[in-house]
Amino acid sequence: MSTESIASPIPDVEPRPLVDQLHQWVTTVDHKRLGILYIVYALVFLVIGGLEATIMRIQLMRPHNDFVSPEVFNRMFTMHGTTMIFFVAMPLVFGFGNYLIPLMIGARDMAFPRLNAFSFWMTAFGGLLLYFSFLGGDGLYGAGNAPDVGWFAYAPLTSQTFSRGHSTDFWILSLLVSGFGSVGTAINIIATILCMRCPGMTLGRMPLLAWLNLTMAGLVILAVSPLTAAQVMLLIDRYLGAHFFDTQAGGSAVIWMHFFWIFGHPEVYVLVIPAFAFASEIIPVFSRKPIFGYPVMVAATLCIGFIGMSVWAHHMFTVGMGAGANTFFVLSTMAIAVPTGIKIFNWLATMWGGQIHFKTPMLFCTGFLFQFLIAGLTGVMLSVAPFNWQLSGSYFVVAHFHYVIVGAILFTTFGAFYYWFPKMSGRMYSEALGKLHFWLFIIGFHLTFDFMHIPGILGMPRRIYTYEPGRGWDLWNLIVTIGVFFQAAGVLVFAGNLVWSYLRGEFAGSDPWDAWTLEWSTTSPPPSYNFAVIPKVKSRRPLWDLKHPEDPDWHYE
Amino acid sequence: MTEKSGDNSRCGMLSALLIACGLAVTVFAEPAPPSWSPTSIFAPVSTPAQSILDLSVFVLTVTGAIFVVVFSLLAYAVVKFRKRGADSGEPAQVYGSTQVELAWTVIPILIVVILFLATARVIASIQNAVHPGNAMEVTVIGHQFWWEYRYPALKVVTANELHIPVGEPIILTLLSADTDHSFWVPRLGGKTDLIPNHPNSMWMDPRETGLYLGQCAQYCGTQHAKMLLRVIVQTREEFDRWIQEQSRPTEVGDNVSEGQKIFERTACVNCHAVAGTAAKGRYGPDLTHLMSRTTIASGAAPNTLENLRRWMQDPSVIKPGSKMPAMGLSNPELNALTAYLGTLR
Repeated sequence: MSTESIASPIPDVEPRPLVDQLHQWVTTVDHKRLGILYIVYALVFLVIGGLEATIMRIQLMRPHNDFVSPEVFNRMFTMHGTTMIFFVAMPLVFGFGNYLIPLMIGARDMAFPRLNAFSFWMTAFGGLLLYFSFLGGDGLYGAGNAPDVGWFAYAPLTSQTFSRGHSTDFWILSLLVSGFGSVGTAINIIATILCMRCPGMTLGRMPLLAWLNLTMAGLVILAVSPLTAAQVMLLIDRYLGAHFFDTQAGGSAVIWMHFFWIFGHPEVYVLVIPAFAFASEIIPVFSRKPIFGYPVMVAATLCIGFIGMSVWAHHMFTVGMGAGANTFFVLSTMAIAVPTGIKIFNWLATMWGGQIHFKTPMLFCTGFLFQFLIAGLTGVMLSVAPFNWQLSGSYFVVAHFHYVIVGAILFTTFGAFYYWFPKMSGRMYSEALGKLHFWLFIIGFHLTFDFMHIPGILGMPRRIYTYEPGRGWDLWNLIVTIGVFFQAAGVLVFAGNLVWSYLRGEFAGSDPWDAWTLEWSTTSPPPSYNFAVIPKVKSRRPLWDLKHPEDPDWHYE
Repeated sequence: MTEKSGDNSRCGMLSALLIACGLAVTVFAEPAPPSWSPTSIFAPVSTPAQSILDLSVFVLTVTGAIFVVVFSLLAYAVVKFRKRGADSGEPAQVYGSTQVELAWTVIPILIVVILFLATARVIASIQNAVHPGNAMEVTVIGHQFWWEYRYPALKVVTANELHIPVGEPIILTLLSADTDHSFWVPRLGGKTDLIPNHPNSMWMDPRETGLYLGQCAQYCGTQHAKMLLRVIVQTREEFDRWIQEQSRPTEVGDNVSEGQKIFERTACVNCHAVAGTAAKGRYGPDLTHLMSRTTIASGAAPNTLENLRRWMQDPSVIKPGSKMPAMGLSNPELNALTAYLGTLR
């Protein structure tokens, strides 16, 4: 493989008019551009979802507050949850997957570029449908605007009887449409990884990121399909008089819970496995050591994928399942802790004996390790069904899953932003602003989500728009709200850093981190064809082999 | 720069440790005195809540120990292996070790087995408990947004305040009239959902008299937040006296018959029942002994005549989203109605 010829500068071309450039972005089938579209789209919704969370936290700052009405509060938590899962986390996962997978396996694009574009636009319009409900949700009844049934939309609250107007319809349609996009991208990722690897890249030499995304894509297909089926059934209930979930006509509310959570729990792994993927790429590079126990990491990932399909009813310990069913789901849920623990130990072992460079990406990954440890342990507590009878549906659960989604997934994603920003933009970000972002965000995160556990164990349920004084919840709620403003400041610094660095940052060069995977062998940003010459690899770290011809990895693998 | 960032991470780890310790102290604190929080899961007063707490403390101890070990390893790695200025070249490239991998697979499996066995035992002890044949049964029916309680054997129907005797097993049958709800009084036990078309049950045997608070723990619509639970645990004598009072028909004096007439000719009777009168509605709370309750609107306000009058004038002032409409009554009508309701003891 010759890096010299690949890294040669691209000849300057006359900049095209703005309309032309926009047209190119809209019609693009290039995996890198679609990846960036996904990411930018997710960032816009991150800000919207964050504003919704801020409104809720201001309302809950003190007991009997009347900042917003109960109707508005209920819409806010429904929209916040739906937005953050389907239109922030999923697009971020797909955006980075799209951008990185072909580059890391030495391919020129995804297997199905046009399906890729179709999937992105389905997701994009799904989000617009959801937010159009603010305008169109009133329907003929003048009832409600945005959906207010909660992000898991338990039956029968979603039936025509309890949810008039069209807000619930917009919620159903937006998830249906974006679900098709998700399945399309998942098929694309699987096909790309199985069929498009460059010569020499056996499955056992793929970067871990590719392995983890392969598992994620498999889970998307298995998990999103039942959700889509359930949405269709709900739509038929609402408009064609079926009674799947209509309890007044003999339907079953519990069946909806099973449908939703057989999607909902694997969805957690859909989001967290790509977060593991970022950590598995960033931690070795900044520790200057190869990932510890590569085959074990792959096995643990597949294990999480398989067991992850059989744990869903731990969301339902309080719905009156028998002792037998409860016991089964306790065991399957606890079993997940083993492969997850193995992963944490392998990352630790990767850092052990290394020379850890605490650049911004590594700071975020270290934060991730610490927070994911706690999130895993509170997860074990919640898997203990009797303990869960107290904790389920309380603020302890809210704190726990935000520890996973923010403390683990968002932290590694911020790390990934800083790590691959030089590749995507060709410019270095500001290290000082990056560190400021990290410290603001980690302080805000711990103020908010550490103290959020406490009202939960003191009996505060989630989804209440206000609460009674004298329950011992007031102080904790105030601290939680204060933390939000630190997090918001962190995100502002982050956005400023991205914009400033994109316009004014130093040129990054093709390999600013002295890294080892193929995306660093091409220019920053890469040309539309990625590689002038398709690379050949002999080990898991092709650029290490190139830089250390005296001691290549393929001697040991 | 590198040196500085290393120090920063160390500070971060220290502050994180402090926060974690704070959490741990909160968690491991002795059963909270009710004055601190009347709804703490750490102050159980019935057998199921106690066995949940005992199991929880065991789980917290095990997970706490795991946290201390893994966190120490992480903190050590961050401090010890951060890059220093003098370092040059790459560190030793280590690819893995089968023995180490085996160790950190087998040890967690053993821990999981122990936790699982402890959990399975408590699940069975609570869910498969055998109750004496004469245990008292109460049917709890969740409504948007209030609680209905029926004592089938005693032929008593009441709302929002559950009275039970101390020291006896009580079996609650949980039903829902509309959407999902969840019955959660943390000091008496874990929560169980009330799901339409899906009867559930739970039990408790409170060992101390007193007032125990809780609230609906499954989102059920606009006023989910003000669907509060009040459980009054009484001695057997007090409970029997309460049952007697609830079983007695109401007596209406002549001075309030005007209010009764208004009550019976407006839509009130469609939703509310007053035993021995024409009012037989079941959509809203039974009002036969309204004034024996300390709160109205499922705990949203104290049960005073002023609040009752305000409530009838416009329920949304006290509880926006309540299913009871404003009745559009004139001031004299409101006064007469309030006087009538005030006699329903």
